Amino acid sequence: MGAPLLEVENLKVHFETEDGLVKAVDGISYTVDRGQTLGIVGESGSGKSVSSLTVMGLTRSRNARISGTVRFNGKDLLGASEEDMRSIRGNDIAMIFQDPLSSLHPFYKVGAQIAEGVRAHRDVSKAQAWDRAVEMLSLVGIPEPRKRADAYPHEFSGGMRQRAMIAMALANDPKLLIADEPTTALDVTVQAQILELIERLQSEFDTAVVVITHDLGVVAEMADEISVMYAGRIVEKADTDTIFAAPEHPYTWGLLSSIPRLDASRDEELVPIPGRPPSLINLPGGCSFHPRCPYVREAHKKVDPKLEPVAGNPGHQSACLLDSSVRRKLWSELRTGVKPDEARADVMAAEEKAV
Amino acid sequence: MAAYIARRLLWVVFLLFTITCITFVIFSVLPSGDPAVARAGRSPSPQLVEVIRVQLGLDKSKPEQFINYIGDILPFVGGNGIYLGFSYQNNTDVLPEILERLPVTIFLATGAVILWLSIGIPLGVLSAVKTGSALDRIAMGIALLFISAPVYFFGLVALYLFDDQIGIWPILPGNSAYGEADSLLGKAEALIMPWCVLAAAFAAIYARFLRGNLIDTLQEDYIRTARAKGLSERRVIFRHGVRAAITPIVTLLGLDIGILLGGAILTETVFNIPGIGRYAFNAITVSDLPVIQGTVLFGAFFIVMMSLIVDILYAFIDPRVRY
Ligand SMILES: Nc1ncnc2c1ncn2[C@@H]1O[C@H](COP(=O)(O)OP(=O)(O)OP(=O)(O)O)[C@@H](O)[C@H]1O
Ligand code: SF4
Ligand SMILES: [Mg+2]
Repeated sequence: MGAPLLEVENLKVHFETEDGLVKAVDGISYTVDRGQTLGIVGESGSGKSVSSLTVMGLTRSRNARISGTVRFNGKDLLGASEEDMRSIRGNDIAMIFQDPLSSLHPFYKVGAQIAEGVRAHRDVSKAQAWDRAVEMLSLVGIPEPRKRADAYPHEFSGGMRQRAMIAMALANDPKLLIADEPTTALDVTVQAQILELIERLQSEFDTAVVVITHDLGVVAEMADEISVMYAGRIVEKADTDTIFAAPEHPYTWGLLSSIPRLDASRDEELVPIPGRPPSLINLPGGCSFHPRCPYVREAHKKVDPKLEPVAGNPGHQSACLLDSSVRRKLWSELRTGVKPDEARADVMAAEEKAV
Repeated sequence: MAAYIARRLLWVVFLLFTITCITFVIFSVLPSGDPAVARAGRSPSPQLVEVIRVQLGLDKSKPEQFINYIGDILPFVGGNGIYLGFSYQNNTDVLPEILERLPVTIFLATGAVILWLSIGIPLGVLSAVKTGSALDRIAMGIALLFISAPVYFFGLVALYLFDDQIGIWPILPGNSAYGEADSLLGKAEALIMPWCVLAAAFAAIYARFLRGNLIDTLQEDYIRTARAKGLSERRVIFRHGVRAAITPIVTLLGLDIGILLGGAILTETVFNIPGIGRYAFNAITVSDLPVIQGTVLFGAFFIVMMSLIVDILYAFIDPRVRY
């Protein structure tokens, strides 16, 4: 198989601000193989967008301090010239965004915006680029594509706009598509259609996809692997089945209990994670999740947990100081519907007496 | 679209009517000099004044006077074309006098508009793209100076510095040169200083306005999309950024042109340019009410028409605007 398509290693993006250093992304590593789908999940402000924009070379604030490595097809992107990055963007790596209305230029026809992206990378005539735009619009399921290419973004519905964005992103047949909250701004009924579309085109084009979302439900179906981000770091990563069946981080448990589950009875409550994401300037000492974690112990306020493989499954990594056996016991209680406090009492009481 | 234009035209008619009413109230109802006395010349007999009052229709009731006034202005009513009144000071009809001066005012305005756009727009774009740079700070500092200082002050400073009669560096034709020039080129030369003085404040306003707009626009999501497509930075800034940021300038420009066509009073007066503005200014100094009234109406007409044109143009520039 060779080297992965995208390799992100110890990527840090810090912003110098008047209030202090904002550690938006603080040393994350992940890889994406050809044709594979990675889900990056985390609450608002956890650094998902900043990290993927940085991969594209689009973190442009003058106050940004970027370090680490990003390799695409073996080529270093962080050190690449602006000209090299320009030829990669929209060509090898494409991106779609949360709000398709504000992401499309209000003054240009949809077809023209797609064609423009084609002509930025291909030496084709305007007419050929336009034809390609129409072809792409038809491919993403827009009816009467030749007519719609001639319309402006505000004349499209939300779902159709996101389809148009996808058409634009895939027009140059990129190897990697980064989808930053592609369905968050859309109606629930449209969300599933858009996700299906991305999945279908992905297998058709053999594109690798990074899906960014705050909603584990979005990536449940489509992702091969999931990385869970909290406060600029990855706190757990595993293949999708493992994340859903045997998660080993309290934050992931919180995320899981805040998504609607088809198998759950209707009156089962959705429990949002209590508390708020921490300030990225003054991160809590030790484990940065500790102020919100029901299972915190005194030591966790001082020791910073590393992302380490979980016993028995080298592909599964978690950054939690609890012993793997304790985590598994906690999860096996939680998954049966036991509340975190009770689970804590059941599993951890004995140990705590010992401490 | 046609329906929209028709609606807008009706609105224009209504606006002009309202403005006409207001000028009538200001000049004919509120107490001011008696036009009949002004007409009658020096130390007139009461009989003469009375005869003139009847001639001018001033013996009629105010509503009747108003109807006559409207009838005078409307082109197809009363059989007198468009009639904006009569200047007793100059013994001339007002409208022909205004029309005679219109080309001068248009010449002055056109040159200034071209000048301020060709300075203000590039400066605004550059400052926005290089926000915080030395260039940005210097340009915006000077712009602030030009905006704050009154035009007549700049006019006088310019004359003091460059007037070929009295200037420290006598290099440009200055005060009154326009009236004295007999060739088009000479007239253009005479306008160099007025153009610059008039354009300075506008260039500054436009540069600052565009800078602010463009800085905001460059934060837009669609700019991020443009970059994500792999477009060159030039294309991102001009095709995507400036294209959107410059649109509101059309509104600004339309109104400014409308105002200037009604006469650039200060500039025309400082440089003694025989345009509508100086005509109005002179009328003000000698309380020549019909002229003041006529130039006010004339200016209002341009402003209203320009705002109509701007609204129609907008439909072509911004596809989101639909009627
Ligand atoms: N230019 C900047 N200067 C300072 N802080 C920044 C800058 N850009 C982003 N940040 C901060 O970085 C943090 C991470 O932002 P990011 O947009 O990556 O979050 P996210 O995980 O994508 O969240 P969301 O779900 O809201 O999109 C935020 O707290 C944000 O305020
Ligand atoms: S290290 Fe402690 S505080 Fe952090 S997630 Fe694990 S249990 Fe919670
Ligand atoms: Mg985001």
